[in-house]
Amino acid sequence: MLEIKNLIVQIEDKRILNGLNLTVNKGEVAAIMGPNGSGKSTLSYVIAGKEDYEVLDGEILLNGENVLEMEPDQRAAAGVFLAFQYPLEIPGVASMTFLKATLNAQRKARGEAELTTPDFIKRVNAAATQLEIPKDMLKRALNVGFSGGEKKRMEILQMALLQPSFCILDETDSGLDIDALRIVSEGVNALRSSDRAFLVITHYQRLLNYIVPDTVHVMSSGRIVKTGGKELALELEANGYADYRDSEAA
Amino acid sequence: MADVTLMKTPAETALAQAFESAKTSLPGQAESRAQAFEQFTQRGLPHRRVEEFKYTDLRAMMREIAPFAGVPAADEARAALAGAKALASVKALQVPFVNGHFVREAVDFHNLPENVEIVPLAEALAENHDWLARLSPVPWANDNPVYQLNTSFMADGVMIRIAGPVEMPVHLRFVTSAASAVATATRILVVVEEGASVTLLETHESTDGANHQPNDVIEMIAGDRTNVQHVRINAEGDKALALSTLAARIGGDALFNSINVVAGSATSRHQVFAVLDGENTNLRVNGATMLKGVQHADSTLVVEHAAPHCESRELFKTVIDNEATGVFQGKIIVPHHAQKTDGRMMSAALLLEEGGSMNNKPELEIFADDVQCAHGATCGQLDEDLLFYLMARGLPKKEAERLLVQAFLGEALEFVENEAAREALIETVEGWLKART
Amino acid sequence: MPAVQETIDQVRLIDVDQYKYGFETEVEMEKSPKGLSEDVIRFISAKKGEPEWMLQWRLDAYKRWLTMKEPAWARVSYDKIDYNDIYYYAAPKKNQAPKSLDEVDPEILKTYEKLGIPLREQEILAGVEPQRRVAVDAVFDSVSVATTFKEELAKAGVIFMPISEAIREYPDLVRQYMGSVVPVTDNFFATLNSAVFTDGSFVYIPPGVRCPMELSTYFRINEKNTGQFERTLIIADKGSYVSYLEGCTAPKRDENQLHAAVVELIALDDAEIKYSTVQNWYPGDAQGKGGIYNFVTKRGDCRGKNSVITWTQVETGSAITWKYPSCILRGDNSRGEFYSIAVSNGMQQVDSGTKMIHLGKNTTSRIISKGIAAGRSENTYRGLVSAHRKATGARNFTNCDSLLIGNQCGAHTVPYIESKNATAVFEHEATTSKISEDQMFYCQQRGLSEEEATALIVNGFVKDVLQHLPMEFAVEAQKLISISLEGSVG
Repeated sequence: MLEIKNLIVQIEDKRILNGLNLTVNKGEVAAIMGPNGSGKSTLSYVIAGKEDYEVLDGEILLNGENVLEMEPDQRAAAGVFLAFQYPLEIPGVASMTFLKATLNAQRKARGEAELTTPDFIKRVNAAATQLEIPKDMLKRALNVGFSGGEKKRMEILQMALLQPSFCILDETDSGLDIDALRIVSEGVNALRSSDRAFLVITHYQRLLNYIVPDTVHVMSSGRIVKTGGKELALELEANGYADYRDSEAA
Repeated sequence: MADVTLMKTPAETALAQAFESAKTSLPGQAESRAQAFEQFTQRGLPHRRVEEFKYTDLRAMMREIAPFAGVPAADEARAALAGAKALASVKALQVPFVNGHFVREAVDFHNLPENVEIVPLAEALAENHDWLARLSPVPWANDNPVYQLNTSFMADGVMIRIAGPVEMPVHLRFVTSAASAVATATRILVVVEEGASVTLLETHESTDGANHQPNDVIEMIAGDRTNVQHVRINAEGDKALALSTLAARIGGDALFNSINVVAGSATSRHQVFAVLDGENTNLRVNGATMLKGVQHADSTLVVEHAAPHCESRELFKTVIDNEATGVFQGKIIVPHHAQKTDGRMMSAALLLEEGGSMNNKPELEIFADDVQCAHGATCGQLDEDLLFYLMARGLPKKEAERLLVQAFLGEALEFVENEAAREALIETVEGWLKART
Repeated sequence: MPAVQETIDQVRLIDVDQYKYGFETEVEMEKSPKGLSEDVIRFISAKKGEPEWMLQWRLDAYKRWLTMKEPAWARVSYDKIDYNDIYYYAAPKKNQAPKSLDEVDPEILKTYEKLGIPLREQEILAGVEPQRRVAVDAVFDSVSVATTFKEELAKAGVIFMPISEAIREYPDLVRQYMGSVVPVTDNFFATLNSAVFTDGSFVYIPPGVRCPMELSTYFRINEKNTGQFERTLIIADKGSYVSYLEGCTAPKRDENQLHAAVVELIALDDAEIKYSTVQNWYPGDAQGKGGIYNFVTKRGDCRGKNSVITWTQVETGSAITWKYPSCILRGDNSRGEFYSIAVSNGMQQVDSGTKMIHLGKNTTSRIISKGIAAGRSENTYRGLVSAHRKATGARNFTNCDSLLIGNQCGAHTVPYIESKNATAVFEHEATTSKISEDQMFYCQQRGLSEEEATALIVNGFVKDVLQHLPMEFAVEAQKLISISLEGSVG
């Protein structure tokens, strides 16, 4: 599904990713763990197409197609969804309006018919109920005045609605209490399917108790330095990242 | 140009005569003075149809021109300085002026603190000193009539160079002790070299009952990585018409903090013209103005963000009692290239009694798209709920008012870093409030 | 709610051509001689069949105007206008007092059809729910060509007719109120208008009447080298209510055309007037060639106690906009409101805002202004809030926000806040910002294109104001804002 080859990325002359290689298969949930500053968030932004990053070398293939030449909205239409670590606030634009605009934009880009309003509302309500999002929240301006947990739930709501094929969760657990973490994780787990892949970026193992990964990658200094099964996360939890930091220094 | 002459007000005519008779005796190059006066004459004293003077009509306010003050006798200067009270509690290097003339005897030139150099301006002008080239660091200030008058008439002042960190504050003390009205025009240049830091105190005092007309200009050039703390207090006598200008050009990675406290004068106008000339500089300009009777005080501010990534904060507080009038005009200019500018300007006024007036004109002039700029202005009475709350706790009304006004002005004072100076300013506020009632 | 209607849908429906009202209508016109003189004023007055007092009023204004200077304080620049190179009167020849629409030149009817303005009462304004009816006065260059629903309104006692007709039919009302809010001598353009105004709308709502439908005037400049000088006078008598809409368009032309209107509103005790404008005059091309000079004086007088005047404007057109719809809050407890969206793109220059003059006790005012500058345009908010000595308890809240799109435009804020009363409470806040890159990326990540994302965010930015427009205008305004900003990103 996703194949990253020798990705080298810099921002303002600072090298962040140093020849990163990564493959995520259809139906797979891959976790990326690593110390702060290892380039985890950069990876998520580069896949989604944020402008500030300069890709010096390498490619990112989604279903065999290089996404690096695409605009962020084209990538979204191609199935990439990034759940932001810090979701943005858009004053004056009701969440409902935003959801409808994005859903129809993507449907249009894929040559599908727009949803009728009743259809749309039905879908939103179903997803909102599951994520315990109250209706009045949907009427409020997107993310404006939302708590950390509400913002994250709104991200997962969008994911559920847009039905992307490749989902990136960037530190989705940050700022969540146990209850919110459970709700968000259940939302994500409900979306797991054989034709959808996930890349779960996290600093802590905690999230992976709720969203159990198929593979765990350790990232350090802009590279994947170790790959293993879910037990690797527990190992990291016990020993910390010190081993990997040392390996760079050497 | 005969018709132009005919339209002159008596004050403008008096100014022309004063310039004519003084220009040969004033020190330094005559041309630049003549040029400045010519520019002034073209438009004359600014009046309310001149946008920048809309709320401070100098043509109406300056009916007469006081004679320019001569050099005081040594004992007169000594007596005047001995009686000076403003910021007297703050230990500082004294750089005093009496009747607009530098009292050089009061400065021990051989034992100046490290990194401080002082050159008397009258001397420098006469000798055509190198540093003169650094005057007028804000070119557009030359269009300002108050500044033009100062350039035309400046008789004395000092040039101070700060070469490195200076611990002890430098106190520019202006005292006008003449019994009858005089006009003064001083010019100060402070050059703060790269990496240097200094606290500048500036106090203005004069005798009550005389219509003194000081017009002071302080110019500062603050280099990269400088830290300048400027505290100014207007404690002029009750009849003074005080005009003043701070023109500053500030380099990158610098801190510049200036406050003006108005506690005196019948009429005053303090102009701040600041150019942020290097990136990552942090500017703060504050004002605390206390007015009563029929006083009139104008705070005018123009900040040009000439470089990207700078932050400016302006906070002006005005308390207006009786039938006084407060004016705030502030403008933040952000040219095309000054991206990532963060500018915030606030003017708040309290009208304590019926009859007072406040005029606010906070402007933004923005050409860069990636900026955060905001201004705010409020005008009103003391919060009745707060007053009630305090009174319910047992404070008499006047006391409660005093407390709230003090807190209101205190917000502008809290950025004064020098503790002794801050204390002294708070005392000034307290004194003003006690004298009320 | 109309304001949250999805912009995206709207954008898709819109023609690619940015100014879609730029067509010209071929009609045979009758014009006054070119230029301005007493004779031309007499010509206009005669054409309108005016009484002598009206002619005298005009001539006095003209004499006064000759002594006045064009104002230069606004932040706009333009080549000197040659006031003798303009036709001050242009009217379709076949429009000599048409008794019914059948007598109106079919070309003109077609024009309004194309503009989506219903001149037949069974028609409805484009995009409006069928049950809502709007009475229309259509002004074509210098004359009103049709006014709808006159009879039905008359049943309710409402007078809605071209002002030239009102001068003949209700001279006492007109004489009593015209010039009482904007004096003949008010300013250069208002004085010029007083001398040469050709048509406009007149509205009188009798005491206690709630006007049964929205009233609207649709202004169209068609003829070359003409100016449009309309005059609108609205009087809401005690306890009455009226909502009035104004729209404007003009053909694309290379030369600038002058539009100098005067609008006067009078609200007596307990009356309320809502005045909404969607101004879409031709803005000129991308290089700044052509376009309308929109120099307009609009002022409302809250003359009676508890009266309310609300100005809502969406300004997207004109090469230059110079207008400050204002409220004089004379009556105790009266209220003035100003809601504005000013969008500028290309080489447009906008200097607009309001004046809230508090004279009476416990008067309140509210100003919400949203300026959006793109392209190489200049967008200035200029406003005055003042409290007179006797305006005890006056309250004002002002919020003006500017949004810059691109790096070649300017957004400026010039507020004047003057309080002479200690009990007056004024609050003013203003911000300038841009659409953040992070917001854009977020929207794009969800699949919106750059233009769609911009439109969405801008819509959020102006929402507070759009909410105050009557529905039929809110939809149109939203479309207009999107079109005006087309091509401003990327």
